[in-house]
Amino acid sequence: MARKVTTGARIGWTIAAWVVALLIFFPILYALITSFKTEQEAIAGFSLIPSGTFENYITVEEQRDYFTPFMNSVILSVGSTILALIVALPAAWAMAFAPTKRTKDILMWMLSTKMMPSVAVLLPIFIIFRNLGLLDTRIGLTVMLMLINLPIVVWMLYTYFREIPGEILEAARMDGAGIWQEIVYVLAPMGVPGIASTLLLNVILAWNEAFWTIQLTTTNAAPLTAFIASFSSPQGLFWAKLSAASTMAIAPILILGWFSQKQLVRGLTFGAVK
Amino acid sequence: MGSITLKNVSKTFGEAKVIPSIDLEINNGEFVVFVGPSGCGKSTLLRLIAGLEDVSGGHIMIDGKDVTDAAPAERGLAMVFQSYALYPHMSVRKNIAFPLKMAKMDQAQIDKKVGDAARILNLTDYLERRPGQLSGGQRQRVAIGRAIVREPSAFLFDEPLSNLDAALRGTMRLEISDLHHQLKTTMIYVTHDQIEAMTMADKIVVLNRGNIEQVGSPLELYKTPRNLFVAGFIGSPKMNFLEGEYAKSKGAKTAGVRPEHIGLSKDSGLWSGTVTVAEHLGADTFLHLDVDGIGPITARAGGEFGASYGDKVFLTPDDSKLHRFDDKGLAIKA
Ligand SMILES: Nc1ncnc2c1ncn2[C@@H]1O[C@H](COP(=O)(O)OP(=O)(O)OP(=O)(O)O)[C@@H](O)[C@H]1O
Ligand SMILES: [Mg+2]
Repeated sequence: MARKVTTGARIGWTIAAWVVALLIFFPILYALITSFKTEQEAIAGFSLIPSGTFENYITVEEQRDYFTPFMNSVILSVGSTILALIVALPAAWAMAFAPTKRTKDILMWMLSTKMMPSVAVLLPIFIIFRNLGLLDTRIGLTVMLMLINLPIVVWMLYTYFREIPGEILEAARMDGAGIWQEIVYVLAPMGVPGIASTLLLNVILAWNEAFWTIQLTTTNAAPLTAFIASFSSPQGLFWAKLSAASTMAIAPILILGWFSQKQLVRGLTFGAVK
Repeated sequence: MGSITLKNVSKTFGEAKVIPSIDLEINNGEFVVFVGPSGCGKSTLLRLIAGLEDVSGGHIMIDGKDVTDAAPAERGLAMVFQSYALYPHMSVRKNIAFPLKMAKMDQAQIDKKVGDAARILNLTDYLERRPGQLSGGQRQRVAIGRAIVREPSAFLFDEPLSNLDAALRGTMRLEISDLHHQLKTTMIYVTHDQIEAMTMADKIVVLNRGNIEQVGSPLELYKTPRNLFVAGFIGSPKMNFLEGEYAKSKGAKTAGVRPEHIGLSKDSGLWSGTVTVAEHLGADTFLHLDVDGIGPITARAGGEFGASYGDKVFLTPDDSKLHRFDDKGLAIKA
């Protein structure tokens, strides 16, 4: 759409966009700044200029093992995403291409589970996990994260698949493609961008998931969210070290997000913008 | 070969009976056009033949073989969709080659056939492009290319030109007609554009609410429409329908006079009328008139006829070209 925009309006909107972006980004930025302060500076009050010490990072590294929770985060987020995809692909597929009268209801019902507060099912889940011996195991948590994000993954894939015009699939059928050829040559290539951005988003969601990962782990399976949480407890509050730990925890996902932002934006606005 | 027979074919979607029951015979090599107003079931009928929808009743035969329960690919038909339905992630070459690849043809043969099709359709320079990088007319040609490489026993077109501008539509109409003369393959063509129907068809099937109103050659339908619906649908501008005294005097409930069968004069004639709209096209002049004692009438004069809004004009209908209809709307034989 070509629309005339005056220079004044353009500058106005640009400033507004920056303000909103900075507001959203500010907590992360402030954590980053605080992580370079001394503990005295950190509790001293608002300041955007740190003394620039690396001490917190060194202390965090010495006091705690970063590598194990990092690997746990990677395994949990990637593992749960792959699991979710295995379950969600056929589900979304069936709902998009062979819908019944109840398809919409099922989708709503799946999504509604996301509206329920997690605490409500904490006790039963905890007991099930304990009885199955899944507490503080990577397998248990991977399955848990998969289940948590499954509704969103199904919903997103369903939306993507719905965007693929039916006539193209019919054309493939007329051209002699069997169901597998239809999937391999037509649907998969057309669906890949959507699947990729769903994957990315799910990795990010799983990486940041804090409720279940903290509740159901202690040490062995604890990911970076639990690593951050551990800094806010026993020895009292150490703002600077907590910030350093947080920065270390979110850095990998931030970098991943940065490099895939084009894909993510496309994915999240898919259908809304043609 | 490509003769297609429909026997008692019906289709219901849930409660809605879209096609009550249709019998139709399409001969090998014929160019058959389905016309009718929007929603009358043209696309549905085509999709039933293609196998993209299952019939609710009846049988479909291709070359004498019952294909009612056969999958689309097994019917040996090729379809060109209104939206073109090209594979957006494949180059033009791959799009055209796709049905051959599905048929497991060897690569050398595929290359040759794709090359031939591209030459016929003037696509040689575009083979490596994606559909998104082509104009509407070029996309349409790719869709046709993908259909012809399969050497189907019949082509099915669903309003293939409706997304193109008027000029391009004219050219593509000629190209498709030309293709039909070259290939001599059965073609079924759906359109609601009656110019396409009149110019391209060997046989026109006029549909209305899922029923066949009449089947015949373009001129048969033009000269001897079976009923009011066909009379009003075929011909442009539309036939004038007159009731009352004039019709009664001709022994009919409704009298039909085509605009081109009315003589125009500035001096004398059977009726007199006042021009409400005059359309001067150069080659023709269309006058919309308010005729005294008759009502609104459209008349056509060949060439330029110098009349404009408010002018008085005399009209004389050509009695030998008059259409008469009874109170059921059926044509009265002369
Ligand atoms: N899948 C469907 N489910 C329910 N009703 C349908 C379906 N497909 C078509 N119909 C109905 O069947 C009737 C005929 O549709 P069809 O698409 O065949 O019309 P058409 O003659 O091709 O019209 P147009 O010229 O607008 O393309 C319409 O009333 C339509 O609403
Ligand atoms: Mg249609």
